[in-house]
Amino acid sequence: MPVFIPSSLTDATRLLSNNPSAHLVTGGTDLMVEVNFNHRHPETVISLRKIPEFQHWNIDNKSGVVHIGSSVPYATMEHGELAQALPALAEAARTVGSPQIRAAGSLGGNLGTCSPAGDSLPVLSALNAIVHLHSETTSRSVPFAEFMVGPKRNSRLPNEIISGVTIPLTNGWQGYAKVGVRNAMVISVASVCLAIHDGNVRVALGSVGPTIIRGSESEAWINSVGLENVTPSVAQEFGERVRAESRPIDDHRSTAEYRRHAVGVLATRLLLRGVQR
Amino acid sequence: MTITKTQRDILGSSALRPDGVSKVQGDFAFSSDLHAENMLWGATLRSPHPYARIISIDLSGAWKIAGVECVITAEDVPGQLTYGLISEDQPVFAKDFVRYMGEPVAAVAADHPETCRRALAAIVVVYEVLTPLTNPEHAIDEAREPIHPDGNIIRRQQIIHGDVNATAPIVVEGTYDIGMQDQAFLGTESALAIPDHDGAGIEVFVATQWLHEDRKQMAKCLALPEEKVRLVLGGVGGAFGAREDISLQVHTALLAMRTSRPVKMQYGREESFFGHVHRHPAQIWMRHHANTDGRIVKIEARFVFDGGAYSSTSSAVLINGVTHTQGPYQCPNAIVDGYAVRTNNPPCGAMRGFGVVQACFAHEGQMDKLAVATGIDEVEIRLRNIIHTGDTMITGQVLESVAPLERCIRETAAMPLPREMEAHPHELDLPGGSGRTADRRNIVRGIGWGVSMKNLMYSEGFDDYSTARCTLTNGSVELKFATSEVGQGFVTLAPQIARSVLGVDNVTYDTIDTQIGSAGSTSASRQTWMSGGAVDGACRMVRERLFEHVGALHGIDPLRLAIDDTDVVDTIGSLRITVQEASTNFTVSETFEYHHRPTQDLDDNGQGNCHVAFAFVAHRAVVDVDVELGLVKVVQIATAQDVGRVLNPMSVIGQIEGGIAQGLGLAVMEEIIVTNGIVRNPSFTDYLLPTALDAPQVLISMIEEPDPQAPMGAKGVGEAPCISVTPAIVAAIRNATGKSIDRCPVRPQDICF
Ligand SMILES: Cc1cc2nc3c(=O)[nH]c(=O)nc-3n(C[C@H](O)[C@H](O)[C@H](O)COP(=O)(O)OP(=O)(O)OC[C@H]3O[C@@H](n4cnc5c(N)ncnc54)[C@H](O)[C@@H]3O)c2cc1C
Repeated sequence: MPVFIPSSLTDATRLLSNNPSAHLVTGGTDLMVEVNFNHRHPETVISLRKIPEFQHWNIDNKSGVVHIGSSVPYATMEHGELAQALPALAEAARTVGSPQIRAAGSLGGNLGTCSPAGDSLPVLSALNAIVHLHSETTSRSVPFAEFMVGPKRNSRLPNEIISGVTIPLTNGWQGYAKVGVRNAMVISVASVCLAIHDGNVRVALGSVGPTIIRGSESEAWINSVGLENVTPSVAQEFGERVRAESRPIDDHRSTAEYRRHAVGVLATRLLLRGVQR
Repeated sequence: MTITKTQRDILGSSALRPDGVSKVQGDFAFSSDLHAENMLWGATLRSPHPYARIISIDLSGAWKIAGVECVITAEDVPGQLTYGLISEDQPVFAKDFVRYMGEPVAAVAADHPETCRRALAAIVVVYEVLTPLTNPEHAIDEAREPIHPDGNIIRRQQIIHGDVNATAPIVVEGTYDIGMQDQAFLGTESALAIPDHDGAGIEVFVATQWLHEDRKQMAKCLALPEEKVRLVLGGVGGAFGAREDISLQVHTALLAMRTSRPVKMQYGREESFFGHVHRHPAQIWMRHHANTDGRIVKIEARFVFDGGAYSSTSSAVLINGVTHTQGPYQCPNAIVDGYAVRTNNPPCGAMRGFGVVQACFAHEGQMDKLAVATGIDEVEIRLRNIIHTGDTMITGQVLESVAPLERCIRETAAMPLPREMEAHPHELDLPGGSGRTADRRNIVRGIGWGVSMKNLMYSEGFDDYSTARCTLTNGSVELKFATSEVGQGFVTLAPQIARSVLGVDNVTYDTIDTQIGSAGSTSASRQTWMSGGAVDGACRMVRERLFEHVGALHGIDPLRLAIDDTDVVDTIGSLRITVQEASTNFTVSETFEYHHRPTQDLDDNGQGNCHVAFAFVAHRAVVDVDVELGLVKVVQIATAQDVGRVLNPMSVIGQIEGGIAQGLGLAVMEEIIVTNGIVRNPSFTDYLLPTALDAPQVLISMIEEPDPQAPMGAKGVGEAPCISVTPAIVAAIRNATGKSIDRCPVRPQDICF
């Protein structure tokens, strides 16, 4: 089986258009599981891990954005400067799998798979991240909300590669919380990212719908109430509104009823954390 | 520099595992690492349906694939078409019907695992899908036609004891549900079969719990005399009961015999979930009658164990369940009705705790209800009822084992509780762990108790003896036994025994295989007692021969001789020579068979001396619960366990800590989810095992009161740790939340709704 290891984006996109059936791999922590389960039978593989611009990240305080290359591993987001700039992303990164998985897994892969349970995705949603896509001949940047279109479905075209994301910095509190039935290394049953920017709350929900759900109505309500007026009972009502915006299903991991309940509780708690009450 | 004499690795020392370093470094060859020249790979085609009639099987597509050497079905089984540990009701390959999802239908051998996969995909099986029988009650009420010629009830056993009309002022009852747990060993099933050149026999390397029983069942199916089937233990990566039944043994051997080439089979993780039996899910109803002082007067109970499609050890699991209805408490009167039934759910059989786990979950729930109803605290109510040596159990059997139950409970109660949670705890210490779901104010702490009693060895008249040979020559000992080493540490213990009895230091053990008599199964907490007894017996016989030899040489009555450290000494004279010297140019070899005392079948009223011996344990659990989200963190387990005598402290601690982790799994996360006969989570992504972050602090007291019936005073320690820890954790969750939760594992929705 040929494995191409391009060292530039140009090489990578050309290889992909010459080998349309090739499978892209970054950390392989999703792809190899699918191969082991016989769900995928790659005949050609393009590894994106050695492309310098994909490994790169930077914080641009002047323009107020962070750029993270698609193959930067979660381990890099957990601590240090990136974690300081994007605490919610750091918290999400810390919940992913085990140290081994976090050393290999990437945003490119999380976006590529686009599972509603992907832990970085509620963060990218709440922070209004932009996803960068390139083919041999085109380049485009898509807001996360337009990128994820269904469970494990995204608007990436078959000849496109994700090079990275741009995340606007926020000037208020941000955090992430995830419920799983084990204290670590567990797939999310329900998760919430809450971020505050310019005094406005944004909230995004994971594992409770076919895509990551932005709680727009709950956001509008809480922003009309005003952060300075958040009391425990206001936070409670916020949680109830968030719960109403979720669209979970029953499966072997949990029940729709519990998921709905859990996102509500998480939203309430994150809001209280956000306003430090 | 001072040289201190290194401590000898005798009984009582924490001798290291002989395979420990190689396992940690990754050098140890597990059975899945085996390889042979010219080897083929085998693979199994399994039923996607829980219940269906097989209309036709077309193998032609598979035969056409280059690299495929053999394709077999039920038609190709030369001997008996079915096998089983107690009743032979399970087909080697399904013939007319498939009765559970994952049942083997055909097998292939090919040059590569990928060729095997393609060959399996090319086999066309036409099924007439039938409605599965999945509700165990429907197996009992005969609403459904039998799904197997042997009927839908695998066994029913009642226990009627004492005055069934007895009454008492306090009555508590409950219905308890226990989910289907998986043994989840890390080394999946694997075997390598090498046919003899003359085609008349076969050698099979396999990871198993009981070589001789596998051989017996394999020989019947393969139509070979038993001596033509030679089994060698492959490196075993855990067992916990899941390797007691045959899985790929017959398939691998048959493919090898058909192709006259070595064949290796190895299950992947998903296949492993279908390839072995699980812990029985059970529903248990109990009603306890007690006096106002808390003393139990009568217990009524009904047990339903879902055995799944084939009987495996269900009938023995049932017996363990019903005979442990009372738990470690006195009970003069009892009426118990128990069923093990057949359904189209996955077959269930042996798992650590074997029926007692289920019974204990119910009786401990009852003890807590009794505590509430009488207003007596949960420790005191247990102490008031505990059973003592000499008491009669509900089977009419008199408890003969040493029973230091009061010490178990009191020493557990005396252990320090964990500190209060800090004002700003680390996020990983809170329920929800890395998910950061909780803040300090969301957490409530709870404490719960569980106490249990577990039978050791096989029951109901079964003579599960063990055999060992000891050979002494020139100061070195070689041991031979067929005891499966599945991680429990018999390969550490056996040399410790030889060193202690014979005063030697250099002890090796021969390949573990069927070239000696049976050792019985590595299960039922029995190998320290049984195979330990056999090694001890063989070493003692050798010691007698050595004393005779030394006595003759020195003109001393051998009865005066003894072993002191590494010397042979004359106890009333001055002779002192090293064992090394005494055995120079002297070789002696003795084989010993250890049998436990005989037991009896139960009669129709469940009366009979059916068990050999018992061990006792107490557990106290402390949990932190996020009540609103239903998430739990087990903070601490304190335990005092009746071990008889500690032969290797590190091994015992390992068993206790590991057993607690397994019992914790059943309490809060481990469950195979089956809907309409379909397994929903056959992977470690969704079948959750505790991680290091879920493991609690464990405080251990090993209670040493040597049992005179045990060969070295030591009781088996393998199962006790995982039995009452589950109800202790669930009781702690009830205590924290005030909710009545009568099922395990406890799911978030059981707590928060
Ligand atoms: C044990 C274990 C635990 C896990 N736990 C978690 C968890 O807690 N939370 C969680 O969210 N996930 C978890 N995962 C899933 C996985 O680790 C994450 O989704 C991770 O982000 C995938 O990244 P990767 O680089 O390994 O992806 P890969 O496996 O390399 O790729 C995943 C998919 O994306 C495509 N792809 C990769 N890179 C690109 C690119 N640059 N452009 C376009 N397509 C691309 C691939 O073709 C593939 O389809 C776990 C996985 C394992 C094995």
